Amino acid sequence: MLDLVWLIPSLPLAGFLVLTFGGKRLGEPWAGWLATGAMAGSFLATVGVFLDLAGRDVQDRRSVTTLFEWMPAGDLRVDVGFLADPLSLTMCLFITGVGALIHLYSIGYMHGDGEFPRFFTYLNLFAFSMLMLVLGDNLLLTFLGWEGVGACSYLLISFWFTDEANATAGKKAFVTNRIGDWGFMVAIFMTFFTFGSVAYVDVLDTTAAGTVAQSTATFIAVMLFVGAIGKSAQFPLYLWLPDAMAGPTPVSALIHAATMVTSGVYLLTRVNPIIADAADWVPTMIAWTGAGTALFAATIAVAQRDIKKVLAYSTVSQLGYMFLAVGCGAYVAAVFHMVTHAFFKALLFLGSGSVIHGMDGDQDMAHYGGLRRFMPITAGTFIIGWLAIAGVPPFAGFWSKDEILAFAWNESPLLWAVGLVTAVLTAFYMTRQVVLTFFGRHRFADPRSDEVDAVWAARLAGADEGVEAARAAVVDAEAALEVCRGAATAADEAAVTEAEGVLSAAVDALTAAEGAVADVRAAADVRPDLPVLALAGAPDVGAVADELPDAVADRAAHHPHESPWTMAFPLVVLAGLSVLGGLVQLPFSSTTKRLEHWLEPTLFHNEVHLSIGAGTLWVLAVIAVAGGAVGIAVAVAAYGQRRIDHTAFERPILAEAWRFDRKVSDFMGGPGRTGFDATAAFDRKVVDGAVEGVATLVRREAGLLRRFHNGLVRTYAVGIGLGAVGLVLWFLSRSSF
Amino acid sequence: MVVTTSWYLALGAVLFSLGAVGLLTRRNPLVMFMCVELMLNAVNLTFVSLGAELGDLGGQLSVFFVLVVAAAEVVVGLGIIVAIMRRRQGATADDLSVLGG
Amino acid sequence: MEAFVFLASAAIVLTGAVGVLTSRNPVHAALFLVQTLFGVAVLFVLQDATFLAAVQVIVYAGAVVILFLFVIMLLGVDRAENLGVEPIVGQRPLAAVIGASLMGMLLTLLLVATDGPTGAPGRTAPLGDAGDNTRRLGEALFTGHVFAVELTALLLTVAVVGAVVLARTVKGPMQPLPVVVVATSTEPADADADAGPDTAADEESEEAGDA
Repeated sequence: MLDLVWLIPSLPLAGFLVLTFGGKRLGEPWAGWLATGAMAGSFLATVGVFLDLAGRDVQDRRSVTTLFEWMPAGDLRVDVGFLADPLSLTMCLFITGVGALIHLYSIGYMHGDGEFPRFFTYLNLFAFSMLMLVLGDNLLLTFLGWEGVGACSYLLISFWFTDEANATAGKKAFVTNRIGDWGFMVAIFMTFFTFGSVAYVDVLDTTAAGTVAQSTATFIAVMLFVGAIGKSAQFPLYLWLPDAMAGPTPVSALIHAATMVTSGVYLLTRVNPIIADAADWVPTMIAWTGAGTALFAATIAVAQRDIKKVLAYSTVSQLGYMFLAVGCGAYVAAVFHMVTHAFFKALLFLGSGSVIHGMDGDQDMAHYGGLRRFMPITAGTFIIGWLAIAGVPPFAGFWSKDEILAFAWNESPLLWAVGLVTAVLTAFYMTRQVVLTFFGRHRFADPRSDEVDAVWAARLAGADEGVEAARAAVVDAEAALEVCRGAATAADEAAVTEAEGVLSAAVDALTAAEGAVADVRAAADVRPDLPVLALAGAPDVGAVADELPDAVADRAAHHPHESPWTMAFPLVVLAGLSVLGGLVQLPFSSTTKRLEHWLEPTLFHNEVHLSIGAGTLWVLAVIAVAGGAVGIAVAVAAYGQRRIDHTAFERPILAEAWRFDRKVSDFMGGPGRTGFDATAAFDRKVVDGAVEGVATLVRREAGLLRRFHNGLVRTYAVGIGLGAVGLVLWFLSRSSF
Repeated sequence: MVVTTSWYLALGAVLFSLGAVGLLTRRNPLVMFMCVELMLNAVNLTFVSLGAELGDLGGQLSVFFVLVVAAAEVVVGLGIIVAIMRRRQGATADDLSVLGG
Repeated sequence: MEAFVFLASAAIVLTGAVGVLTSRNPVHAALFLVQTLFGVAVLFVLQDATFLAAVQVIVYAGAVVILFLFVIMLLGVDRAENLGVEPIVGQRPLAAVIGASLMGMLLTLLLVATDGPTGAPGRTAPLGDAGDNTRRLGEALFTGHVFAVELTALLLTVAVVGAVVLARTVKGPMQPLPVVVVATSTEPADADADAGPDTAADEESEEAGDA
């Protein structure tokens, strides 16, 4: 079975090729079923290879299958081959498994979309690239997959590219990733320079034998770290992930929760011998970057209103946890959290997609509320995902997060404190999200503030028109009076009096109309502001309640609906995995630490051993659970029972993500643009100028030399004479005196 | 004083230089030709002197051929000059500058 | 004795050369050339090259210079050249420099240098005395160098044919010489440059020497 490891990436590749050429003809829904079938087949192949590998002895659990020679270039020999070992197979299992579920989900989610086949083409291409990334037996193949997933991420984020904001988000993701890719490339160059090969077998075995200089290992580790923070959205290269929510929700689930963003963690885990050989500040830097990013992102998630943005920042935060684990030397914990995170984050994203689907595309949580009555399955599975991420035992997230916190305490109490605060915040904002979405009163039927404003504006406009009409009437009446006065003689008193009466009536009408305008304005001034989150009751719209547009009534009549079985089934499966996922690595005894044993051959004994006792572990666990409970309680109090004012938490600076994105844009637009323009000008003037300058120089010299060709024989004779003088001079120089 | 070969050679050098200066200075094509003859004579003198010093007939042999070729050259050159001069009276070497660039 | 003859001949040669250089009238120049040629012939005799001396006088002085005089008279180029003007900028100084440096360097080479530029001596035929000269020259020419002699004969034939062709009278009106503006000094053109009937700046017209 191990020989069939090539099937794992080939089936999605085959799916991609078939869909590229025949996708339009297959159409909906067969294109989707084909892609899902390819992923399911890949999953079965993975299971087969896994069982084969698990059946072997521990020292045999690494096998390299070479397909063909790719680049024999002098000293560099790169083959296309697959490294099937515990780490890569763990990744493959959840990539193909969760991926297949997400493909199934997409059939329901993308129903009715005009570009249905294209979506699955890209999804399969992504799966192929991701599998090449984890299965590749050398750094270059990993880089191939790395770039491939970056490109597919761009294609999928900007899937609905007719809206320019989506296209820009895709570009931002690609460009930000590119910065990280530079680091990766430099690391590959240095690796080849140092080891003469880029294959993992050569590099890692040589490094583990201890023959690499510390400075080299440090350099390679730092460069790979740069690549990892780009792909795994750590500070400062996290900017693309929130914007990437512009893509369809299955994309967010697959790429930005479960698979692509974990590539950075995978890479660092794969090269753990190099990190172990690097200087001591390298793991510390990794750990602090992870912890800092985790806290940073968690604070932002507290104030987000878009359901997907909360989850995006949550992903950045959880990836920070994984980096923290890697930095503390806890590779097993990092991989464990990667696996459980794949389960519950994919579940949460797919659940949010189900909610969005049911709310007909509305992503603002201020318009949700009480949806559990309309979408019970979605609500139930989402709640399970919530419990998992909040770290509530015995769900999967609790075990993995706790493991990381234990290793953080082992490394430095300060790191542990940051992790704990982040855990509290995670519990808080996830509870907030659940309460706002599924509990409380139905806010989808509430009138929106823009609608109310429109009504008031219409009223005001109407009153203003009345004033204009009254004014016109007054003018007419005055004119009539003048005519009367002018035309009539003194005998026509009655006509004049009548005209005066008409005038006074018109003046009274004008006064009344102006009064009405003033009344409307006064009423508009004192009208109550609509609250951002109408948690207590329906918002009081004041005097315009009966003039609201029909859209409000339509919304009230059209209830949100539950999703079809293609979307609900993956939710249920993932919920089950989120419950049971913790079983692979329970910290109670050596036998229950199955993941650790399984991953042992890939770790080269670089896994840090906990130097704290079981008692301390229990205390830490209790504190973590208590912290989670505090977060949940505060969120319920603020959003559910309304005992705490929720606006105290949702500060504007948090909603604007600490304005970091804007600072980066300003920098790039200002000094950055100056730099780019300077570089472009340099290229134009110096580089191109040099080339063109040569031509100009030649032309000018030729122009100067032309003057010697005047056609006169005597000038040429002078030239000959000078040549003769030169010749004799040479002879003179060669003779002795 | 004994007249050594170097006297002859020196005379030849001076004659050659004078011919060169004349060639560069004069504008009348016939006079320029005569200066060329001066230079050829200087060369002839050199050949003969060296032949005498080395005791070899080769010098005089070379002069014989130089003489012949010079004669032929004069014939053709004067024919060209005649062909040009007939077009315009009083043309000098400076008037033939069609090949200027 | 020999020195006296040498010095006298040298004086004749050099004065003749200077005369060629500085004569305004080309006929005078031709006569000065004859003087130089005679002087060189005497020097040939001094070196026991009697045949060459004779040939020099007969061919060079007697035929070539006569040819020169014929052409001068035929074309009427005996008008005096204005030697005071030099249309081309820098020509005279450059000519002076070239002449002076050439003379100086050659003299240095010949007189001062210890190993002067004379290569290995070739061996054509041994040199005899004055009386034997013609016979030896004839022998060397017509045995070892007969091919060259035949070539010179061919050369002379070609030269004669060429001269006949070049000097043919053309039927019909003759093309004027093309006039080209040349970057010379701004002094007025010398008297020889005739701005006569042909002022057309026709650079492309060929000199139609053949009809």
